[in-house]
Amino acid sequence: MSVPERRKPSRAPRTPMPERDPRERRDTFAEVGLGYSAEQAMGEAQRCLQCANPTCQQGCPVGIDIKSFIGAIIDGDLPRGVAVLKERNALPAVCGRVCPQEEQCEASCVLAKRGEAVAIGRLERFLGDTDVACELAHRCVPTVAPASGLRCAVVGSGPAGLACAGELAQLGHQVTILESLHAPGGVLSYGIPEFRLPKRIVEAEIETLSALGVEMRTNSVVGQLVDVPELMTEEGFDAVFIGSGAGLPMFLGIPGENFNGVYSANEFLTRVNLMRAYEFPAKADTPVWRGRKVAVVGGGNVAMDSARTALRLGAEEVFLVYRRTAEEMPARKEEVHHAAEEGIEFKMLCAPSAIVGHDGWVTGIVVTRMELGEPDASGRRSPVCVAGSEFTIECDTVIVAVGTRANPLLTRAAPGVEVTKRGYIVTGEDGATSVPGVYAGGDIVTGSATVIKAMGAGKKAAAAMDCWLRETKTAQ
Amino acid sequence: MFRIVHKRQLSDTVYEMGVEAPRIARKARAGQFLMVRADASGERIPLTFSDWSAEEGWVRFIFMRVGKTTHQLAHMEVGDSLADVVGPLGVPTHVEGVGRVAIVGGGVGAAVAYPVARAMAEAGAEVTVILGARTADLLVLEEQLRALPLKELIVVTDDGTAGRKGLVTHPLKELCEAGAIDAAFAVGPAIMMKFCAATTKEFGVPTTVSLNPIMVDGTGMCGACRVSIDGVTKFGCVEGPDFDGHAVDWEELMSRQRVYTEDERDADAEFTRSCKCRH
Ligand SMILES: Cc1cc2nc3c(=O)[nH]c(=O)nc-3n(C[C@H](O)[C@H](O)[C@H](O)COP(=O)(O)OP(=O)(O)OC[C@H]3O[C@@H](n4cnc5c(N)ncnc54)[C@H](O)[C@@H]3O)c2cc1C
Ligand SMILES: Cc1cc2nc3c(=O)[nH]c(=O)nc-3n(C[C@H](O)[C@H](O)[C@H](O)COP(=O)(O)OP(=O)(O)OC[C@H]3O[C@@H](n4cnc5c(N)ncnc54)[C@H](O)[C@@H]3O)c2cc1C
Ligand code: FES
Repeated sequence: MSVPERRKPSRAPRTPMPERDPRERRDTFAEVGLGYSAEQAMGEAQRCLQCANPTCQQGCPVGIDIKSFIGAIIDGDLPRGVAVLKERNALPAVCGRVCPQEEQCEASCVLAKRGEAVAIGRLERFLGDTDVACELAHRCVPTVAPASGLRCAVVGSGPAGLACAGELAQLGHQVTILESLHAPGGVLSYGIPEFRLPKRIVEAEIETLSALGVEMRTNSVVGQLVDVPELMTEEGFDAVFIGSGAGLPMFLGIPGENFNGVYSANEFLTRVNLMRAYEFPAKADTPVWRGRKVAVVGGGNVAMDSARTALRLGAEEVFLVYRRTAEEMPARKEEVHHAAEEGIEFKMLCAPSAIVGHDGWVTGIVVTRMELGEPDASGRRSPVCVAGSEFTIECDTVIVAVGTRANPLLTRAAPGVEVTKRGYIVTGEDGATSVPGVYAGGDIVTGSATVIKAMGAGKKAAAAMDCWLRETKTAQ
Repeated sequence: MFRIVHKRQLSDTVYEMGVEAPRIARKARAGQFLMVRADASGERIPLTFSDWSAEEGWVRFIFMRVGKTTHQLAHMEVGDSLADVVGPLGVPTHVEGVGRVAIVGGGVGAAVAYPVARAMAEAGAEVTVILGARTADLLVLEEQLRALPLKELIVVTDDGTAGRKGLVTHPLKELCEAGAIDAAFAVGPAIMMKFCAATTKEFGVPTTVSLNPIMVDGTGMCGACRVSIDGVTKFGCVEGPDFDGHAVDWEELMSRQRVYTEDERDADAEFTRSCKCRH
């Protein structure tokens, strides 16, 4: 429609993201990516072809109207851009920072085939930040449908719970979130570090959500304080969404894992992010052991975050021990790049076999060299041990970042809700569990995934809950 | 916010505090605990319920002033509020069908021993309580314990300033020798629990201990609280705090409790310097 009036798309290369200098980064938890200026955002937006058939949108798990929001930036109409984004995504400033865009929207951008995709994520962040920078009264808050008189409980305030709650509130239901920690946000608050996702951004986006009338009950451990049937009977909720994540840390199961100085990534990151141990003792009361030589085991975003956090706490050397090669590392490429720039040493094709210590404290990690063998069922070549290749990496801290599983606390308290052998909740496409009125989504269903996938699941479940509620419950 | 509705100093370093928490009070069971945060920059610390009232909507705990957070709590008064109180956490102590039991409470461990003794007595057990402390001033909850239908209350102090002189393990051993107990429950400093467990083991008396590893979330998310039970790693907060005392790796527990000793000294020194009160 309006496309012909617009200028021709620019042929400029992708606009780089201004970033804090890697040398300076080692000493600060301040954010690495500095965000686009208005000019940079405009320049980048003008690279967008405004395709008649925007394939990028098919790559987005929540179906953001990417073409329109970029169109709004081209037109200089930022409020419209924000509104378009928020129609589909309640947390754009968060997603603009942490989504794996390179595998999603940007992977399906037409320009990606010819070179460099439009920096959709950075533009999303730009608009998200524009909104978050306003006072609450001036932010874009979606409209709320007339009150249905029905009440929904949402367990967990991670991306899945927040997305579900926001959607249900917009549909006119009265929503209460029950969160076990003292701060909402799930992994966004306790896991992803400040230098990648500042907590004030998370807080601001959650604040916008509460402007929809969502009640937040922190310090409420479902399964201990109240269980799911009680929510539906005694507390009078008409439907329940479970978005409790996959927060149970896994350990390696090797000797020496309980030495002092051995952390799960969850503990290490929780101490630093949620409890702000990097400000101990002046501004926060929770300590963290600050190692000088730190070995991090794992190859995902969690391992990368732990390694970079350890560096910022003052470690002289940080090793990342991974049993495959850089190619197979599940972490986002951008974050691997950032980690390397900051001086993290990658020990690839190394599998830990024991942790050694002295006087109760860790002194090293014993690893075995690996080679890549035949591809397995998933197509990945699986590592095999090289006989007699063991060696010890000296260190005073080990951080185990090899994944998390479902925490049984909640599922134990949801009788009748079918779970898999590993404790994940079984749901249909729409998030419905085996108990009528009880829905679930996010990492507690899929296992560790991504922020945007968890949000997608929360939204999908909210739509299904809405239908179910309107069909089965008559508002009083 | 959780308003403080009761506060009492029990000894030089031990305090009892009650907070308004009606939802938690409805669910509390003996042996369970709370995570408490004094203010917005505070540490989350675990404290066991010493008492609660579902009708009146409050929960109580007893704490010993040992470091920054407990020091700060000691300064708070009725009418002030704690930033966060989470609970009930942990598995309640098993109290049904325990028969003849000795409950050993050392120091502030009495905070746990009291509700456990009450619950076991209510469930029909024949309860002997051994209440121990270093010195008379540190004995807590003696009166409340006397009000329970116990078989016996044995008071022991290291220095003999109250009750018998000696260690809690002495009367515990006598009870075992006399064949007077079918089970034991011990709560207090790790070293005391270790020796209680060693004492009963000789006699094959099953012994439950309430462990106090360092915790962060208290909900099974971080693994800070891991303890080795018969060589298997367990999470103290969700699988405990009660475990089989004969299966605990005590050296590991005590070593892990010391990780932050130096840091915590700094934090408390900082707090003491900045606060103008006399404590
Ligand atoms: C360190 C780290 C870095 C990551 N980096 C990225 C990234 O860059 N990009 C990306 O897309 N994804 C990333 N992820 C993954 C992403 O964060 C998760 O996939 C996502 O947060 C899952 O959302 P969720 O809502 O399902 O669960 P969570 O975020 O885990 O939230 C669950 C919430 O439920 C609460 N809860 C649990 N049990 C109970 C209970 N019984 N009662 C009440 N509340 C309960 C928890 O306290 C928590 O707040 C990262 C994960 C980690 C750990
Ligand atoms: C399940 C459980 C129940 C408990 N119940 C009681 C109780 O009823 N009354 C009571 O006085 N104490 C209890 N404790 C111990 C209490 O949590 C610690 O005394 C408190 O955390 C000390 O905090 P602080 O900041 O004042 O001292 P700090 O200076 O931080 O620490 C002093 C010592 O306390 C221990 N400690 C420190 N932080 C923690 C932590 N986060 N979790 C556990 N231990 C820690 C360590 O051994 C440390 O060396 C319990 C502990 C557990 C695990
Ligand atoms: S305290 Fe974190 S898992 Fe137990």
